[in-house]
Amino acid sequence: MQRIVQIKNDIGFICAASCGGLEESRGPLGNKFDFCDTSDLFGQKTWELAEGEMARICLNIALKKAGISNLDLTLIAAGDLQNQCAATALGLHSFSVPFLGLYGACSTCAESLLSLSAFMDSHEELDVCAAVTSSHNATAERQFRTPLEYGGQRAMTAQWTATAAGAFLLGRNAGRVKIRDFLVGRIVDGATSDASNMGPAMAFAAADTVINYFESSEISPREFDLIITGDLGYCGTSLLHELLSKKDPYLSSIHKDSALLLYDDKKQDAHSGASGCGTSASVLACHFLPMLEERKLKRVLFMSTGALMNSTTTLQGQNILGIAPALRIERE
Amino acid sequence: MMSEEEKKKLIKKHSKSSPVLKNSLRAFFFGGLICLFGEVLLKVYVFFGAEEKTSVSLVTLSVIFIASLLTGIGVFDKIARFTGAGTLVPVSGFSNAVTSEAMDSASEGYVLGVGAKIFTVAGPVIIFGLLSGVIYGVIYYVYSLIGG
Repeated sequence: MQRIVQIKNDIGFICAASCGGLEESRGPLGNKFDFCDTSDLFGQKTWELAEGEMARICLNIALKKAGISNLDLTLIAAGDLQNQCAATALGLHSFSVPFLGLYGACSTCAESLLSLSAFMDSHEELDVCAAVTSSHNATAERQFRTPLEYGGQRAMTAQWTATAAGAFLLGRNAGRVKIRDFLVGRIVDGATSDASNMGPAMAFAAADTVINYFESSEISPREFDLIITGDLGYCGTSLLHELLSKKDPYLSSIHKDSALLLYDDKKQDAHSGASGCGTSASVLACHFLPMLEERKLKRVLFMSTGALMNSTTTLQGQNILGIAPALRIERE
Repeated sequence: MMSEEEKKKLIKKHSKSSPVLKNSLRAFFFGGLICLFGEVLLKVYVFFGAEEKTSVSLVTLSVIFIASLLTGIGVFDKIARFTGAGTLVPVSGFSNAVTSEAMDSASEGYVLGVGAKIFTVAGPVIIFGLLSGVIYGVIYYVYSLIGG
């Protein structure tokens, strides 16, 4: 039985920060990012360190915006796509804050926000917490696909792993944008082992979460401004729309996928759009949260979509499994 | 609940397919261009006094060198996005596969990084290339015994 978990206390976003790389700076949201490094290296020697440094810079910017010291943080929940979440650990160890490492593939952003809000809701000791999510094109390509300089044609269904990070500071009785409830989401079979077509595989999980959410929620979809997903891409989005339209065409009419906002489809050759857990994190931080702050949006259902697999299991023919945790986020 | 078959059908319906005809034409043209370049280079080497047999090896080495250099300066992948199999099938593709892997694994050290991983992508080409060579050799040997 899937149950929506209510947040009884007032847990809100103090502020958020976003970082990106070269392609992200060139994209339609380029000028909304707090910081972009066009070398993608963030002053480091290796891509792995670069990703960690990006996460560190991102959290630092968020702390500076809020005027909070790292010593005030009571918990960080963070993750990335590298094996054993190495980037996050390398990047965030200097903050010396209790740390909860999370792996949810590309669903890490929503996973970290819902974990923190649940912890904060039931434990008063945790009053200021941070959620950080990062992905790096270079580390992900190396780990999941081919070498960076390898010359081949990508499938039209393939997505471009974003070099991006998002950091969020959550506080008790703080901020004007609040987390009201969440649905953790369950693992759903994606029915394909094709690692260059993960959007549609995740769309089944996204549809499962949306449908279950609105079956249990007392609030009607018509009272929501947007249903936001992470990185379904063009193929996954069109599949999700078919799945949701069977239930209620209104659901797909208010849907937006973060992966379609990060790059310019015509100029940037990203094929089916962006991917990577940094996609939903950075787009939430630099695009949707400011819209909520500015009252352009009042209530959204925010989901990050994850493809649970590794390069060994897909080669062994196992299906990609999807997950889509969702949070209801509202402007006060 | 949807069955796996139903899901597979839906995935197929919503997945954009690659432009096969366009990609094939490009591959044909650019692959041919590399071969033409090789032929010209062969004549040049012969013109400068190299033996025909040595020139063939020199041409192969030259294409390997150029592809490797273009990979090293970060240009090859940008060309290959457009040319596809045209640059992948000739020896340029092999050179790129080895060089790009070496570049990626350099940060992990020379022995367990470059040494261990350099043939990750090109390995199958070597192993199955050798295997098909052996099979061809056996067929050729049997054929010559029969008196071909």
